[in-house]
Amino acid sequence: MIEFHNVTKRFEGGYEALNNVSLQLAKGEMAFLTGHSGAGKSTVLKIIALIEKPTRGQALLNRINLNTVARFRVPYIRRNIGIIFQDHQLLFDRPVFDNVALPLLIQGYRRAEIARRTRAALDKVGLLHKEKSMPITLSGGEQQRVGIARAVVHKPMILLADEPTGNLDPVLSREIMQIFVDFNRVGVTVMVASHDLALIDELDKPRMTLEHGKLILNDLDTTQVGHAYDQDN
Amino acid sequence: MMGANIRRQKLATTNRIFAYLIHHLQSLVFSLGKIYQAPTTTIMTVAVIGITLSLPGGFYLFLKNIDALSGDFRSSSQISLYLDLTISEKQARAVEQQIKTFENVVSTEFISRDQSLKQFREDSGFGKSIDTLSSNPLPHTIIVEPPDDVDTFEIKNLLNALQAIPDVEIAKLDTEWLERLYTIIEIAKRSVIIITILFSCAVLLIIGNTIRLDIQNRYQEIIVTKLIGGTDAFIRRPFLYGGVWYGMLGGLISWLIVEIGYLAISGPLERLNLLYQSELTLVTFSFHDFIILITSSTLLGLAGSWIAVARHLNLIEPT
Repeated sequence: MIEFHNVTKRFEGGYEALNNVSLQLAKGEMAFLTGHSGAGKSTVLKIIALIEKPTRGQALLNRINLNTVARFRVPYIRRNIGIIFQDHQLLFDRPVFDNVALPLLIQGYRRAEIARRTRAALDKVGLLHKEKSMPITLSGGEQQRVGIARAVVHKPMILLADEPTGNLDPVLSREIMQIFVDFNRVGVTVMVASHDLALIDELDKPRMTLEHGKLILNDLDTTQVGHAYDQDN
Repeated sequence: MMGANIRRQKLATTNRIFAYLIHHLQSLVFSLGKIYQAPTTTIMTVAVIGITLSLPGGFYLFLKNIDALSGDFRSSSQISLYLDLTISEKQARAVEQQIKTFENVVSTEFISRDQSLKQFREDSGFGKSIDTLSSNPLPHTIIVEPPDDVDTFEIKNLLNALQAIPDVEIAKLDTEWLERLYTIIEIAKRSVIIITILFSCAVLLIIGNTIRLDIQNRYQEIIVTKLIGGTDAFIRRPFLYGGVWYGMLGGLISWLIVEIGYLAISGPLERLNLLYQSELTLVTFSFHDFIILITSSTLLGLAGSWIAVARHLNLIEPT
């Protein structure tokens, strides 16, 4: 599903966010992307989401070469991805329902279908009773759950989350992570960038660790002796 | 196989077209809703557009009235014949009969010296002074009416023929002042065109700037929409409709301003009309004019927002 072949990303000014990173995430898999802030986690997600392009190397999503995607095709590729941000990126001028319904509206679903799917997504994150609330009246954890509902409402094949628990207390963080695990269980490919190692340790999922733009650990790369993902872990 | 393609095919084509139309309608209503939510800003913008457009609109109406007025003159290009002071009324009547047989003469009207004097005494208020005159200074007058559709060349021929009659002292066709009037109207018409172009540009800039600010205010929304797969067309649509609304409402305001101005002027004008005993009828915007005004202001709104959207929307990309 996601393939990085020797991807290097250098920003203007010479800062190298990724250095020769190769990784793969198969369909239906879930992995954590860990590392200190500034290690390049966000850049990996941004390349997948077509926000940034690799300077060198190839990034593929569903066998589409992300280096050479034409501008007009970008929205259609993004529709296969659900993105969850640390700061939710909710629109505060409209109620929860409208926020969650936005991806469906963009893709031209019928009204009845939009209502049905939006309520289903809100139900999944336990916020169906808040559909008419304005996002500003919700707690941080609830806002993040609205963000998740928006990311999954159109049933994307891939879910990307960038520090989804960054601002939440441990109990809420665990709840949020459990939602991702649940989605993965029904076949969604999930990649979560997080530095909350304690929480990641609780969940039985492979890890990829970045340090200064280099991939130093990859549980999913069986060729790397000593770093093979241990099922009993 | 592209996942996006599979997903797109999931929706039947008819459904997609229907959804597309629905979205257009939603954008239209949504952008109107945005306008409704920010009434002060909207009212100010729309008022500026309305005032700006009311100037060319008002000038147009003014010209339309002048044109209608000069049209009346055009159809009444009479020739006045002032006869020799020495001839008797009987001789003068004979001249009138002779003229009636001329080509391009529809009708004639005879005004005798006495009638003229009596009329002058009544109208001018110089009755007493006239009494002091030893003799009537006014000649017999014949008004000759040529057909409406006759051209200038034939009128000139007729004028020459009438002038050639021995008993006619002066044959007068007052076309010179008419020609001057037409020239002035022509100048005014071109001025209105220039004013219209200039003020349309102003409206374009006003709407462009308003939409630009609107785009800046909704920066976050644009970013989020792009991130979840909104196409450029989808993002553009509400802004374009916003421009359409601004233009349309501005056009309505300008129409109102001109109509109110017309009402304010029409009272005194009618009094003036009565004083001059003229048959002036004021014209206002016709339904046709109204449609043209609203359509062009709406198109100006669309064009203005298009420029703003083309310049600013593509620069906003998620980072």
